[in-house]
Amino acid sequence: MDDTRDAELGMREAAVPSPVVPSRIGPARLRRLHAMDRGFRWLTGGLAFLVLLLLVGVALSLFLRGWEAFHHFGFAFFWSEAWDPVTENFGALVPIYGTLVSSLIAMLIAVPISFGIALFISELAPEWLRQPVGSAIELLAGIPSIIFGMWGLFVFAPVLGSAEPWLNDHLGALRGIGALFRGPPMGIGMLTAGIILAVMVIPFISAIMRDVFLVVPAMLKESAYGLGATTWEVARHVVLPYTRTAVVGGVFLGLGRALGETMAVTFVIGNAHDLHISLLDAGNSIAAALANEFAEAFSPMYKSALMALGFILFIITFVVLVLAKLMLWRLGQGQGKAGL
Amino acid sequence: MSTAMNVRYLRRRFWNIFNLGMAVAMTLFGLFWLVWILWTTLSYGATALNLELFTGDTPAPGSIGGLRNAFVGSLLMIGVAVLIGTPVGILAGTYLAEFAQGSRLAGVTRFFNDILLSAPSIVIGLFIYAVVVVPIGNFSGFAGALSLAILLLPVVLRTTDEMLGMVPGTMREAALALGAPHWKMIVQVSYRAARSGILTGVLLAVARISGETAPLLFTALNNQFFSMNLDKPIANVPVVIFQFAMSPYPEWQHLAWAGALIAAMAVLVLGLVSRFLIKDRSPR
Repeated sequence: MDDTRDAELGMREAAVPSPVVPSRIGPARLRRLHAMDRGFRWLTGGLAFLVLLLLVGVALSLFLRGWEAFHHFGFAFFWSEAWDPVTENFGALVPIYGTLVSSLIAMLIAVPISFGIALFISELAPEWLRQPVGSAIELLAGIPSIIFGMWGLFVFAPVLGSAEPWLNDHLGALRGIGALFRGPPMGIGMLTAGIILAVMVIPFISAIMRDVFLVVPAMLKESAYGLGATTWEVARHVVLPYTRTAVVGGVFLGLGRALGETMAVTFVIGNAHDLHISLLDAGNSIAAALANEFAEAFSPMYKSALMALGFILFIITFVVLVLAKLMLWRLGQGQGKAGL
Repeated sequence: MSTAMNVRYLRRRFWNIFNLGMAVAMTLFGLFWLVWILWTTLSYGATALNLELFTGDTPAPGSIGGLRNAFVGSLLMIGVAVLIGTPVGILAGTYLAEFAQGSRLAGVTRFFNDILLSAPSIVIGLFIYAVVVVPIGNFSGFAGALSLAILLLPVVLRTTDEMLGMVPGTMREAALALGAPHWKMIVQVSYRAARSGILTGVLLAVARISGETAPLLFTALNNQFFSMNLDKPIANVPVVIFQFAMSPYPEWQHLAWAGALIAAMAVLVLGLVSRFLIKDRSPR
């Protein structure tokens, strides 16, 4: 392919008949070419600007459609646990709580596992194994989320449900955190949603961790090995400190995914608008509430309350993603300077 | 003293082996989920596969049928989304890589494009509902395609930007030195050099939107019957899977698994093809 391109460029060069060229291109044609240049620049620039407009548009349209609910319920909307379509009394506390807690469970599980996977791929695995293992984990990221949901509902929930009596008896008996694990052993609820979210975000977080681990200069690691450090000590005291911000950035990127994930959660969280301390009880998340109820919401206030939920979700994920990008960007900056 | 040193050495050795062993265990654990989920989809889906799947439309509860209308609807919407999103994404990516390289506006646009890339798809669906479905007054396949286009756009933009960034500047200069106008240089030199990379981006984006369910719930909705009219609600694979899987009817659940298997296969094949394209480029 390179050869043909070279040949073509060469041919074009040969076809240019020395300095007489300007006479062939009259001023009118030159102007037209120039206008097309400017037009192309404006077209592409305008479309790039469209991306910014889209993001503003999303925030603005959701806020305006949710305004009725925000205005009617005031700030109480954020901490009211009411959700009654009949009396049109709505509050966002239960879905917000569910979104945050299920994502938190997901992070508690996914971060150590992702770290292990990234460590394995970047430091331990023999060369021939890195690519296949990395690709396999990335395949997990490509599976449509609705399949995670179906698998969660039909396969994983019964398995977890059969383990939950054990959780009830053992972890539930503990003082303090015990309340989290006492509940109906149905296999449906916040814990199930959190575990499935964890499986979904592991590929994202581990891929980012692996990529940032690979930018650690070999010299730094070799120096530590030269001083007699073990592989674990190099990972813990050289690789991790060097990439700390970017690792946290990757975790936040995964968190952003988990917060907004809809289908997988909708299948297994139980869709109950009640506040429970137990993780085994059914709950709700913003995305699941939207997916389940939007089509049935006929009164304007109901719709507006759901739109307001959507706006809240957008703002939460926006903040998390901005933090993630800023942290990842900082490693890029440092790396850029070190690389030069 | 030497025993103290020994204890210390043994402790360090123990933690090294223990933690590295954990890393291996974690990797196996991650792969275990992948195998479990793929196996579930395959075993449930394969039993539901038959020819009727592609010739029959979504049935009423209790009767048999297929997913023909859903496949057609999904393909139509993905096609329209690609037609809308790809040119916009490529041109916007061109601006970042060719005209605004290193400028502040390009940096800001890249930043917010990445945010749009990771924004929850359900929020994009709500957005299209608010600005397209409500003003028009009904759900439509076109609205569904538009929401998919918005999900596709940032992926294409980002890969185009990255791939054009890898085209050596000397090739551009060679074209410009021959008197080629800027736009011609971009179209005939930069695009050609980055072609397979940009194509990879489009494939990845299609893989991403083809399993996307959440935004279609508020835009394309669903249609029990065969339809190719994008002005009206249209059947599509993800929403049909969602409705059928949540239903109490075994026939519907079987169809949902068959649909899930085909959707997963499509996404995996697209992923493998794009991976192959990337690999094809990397040695150079």
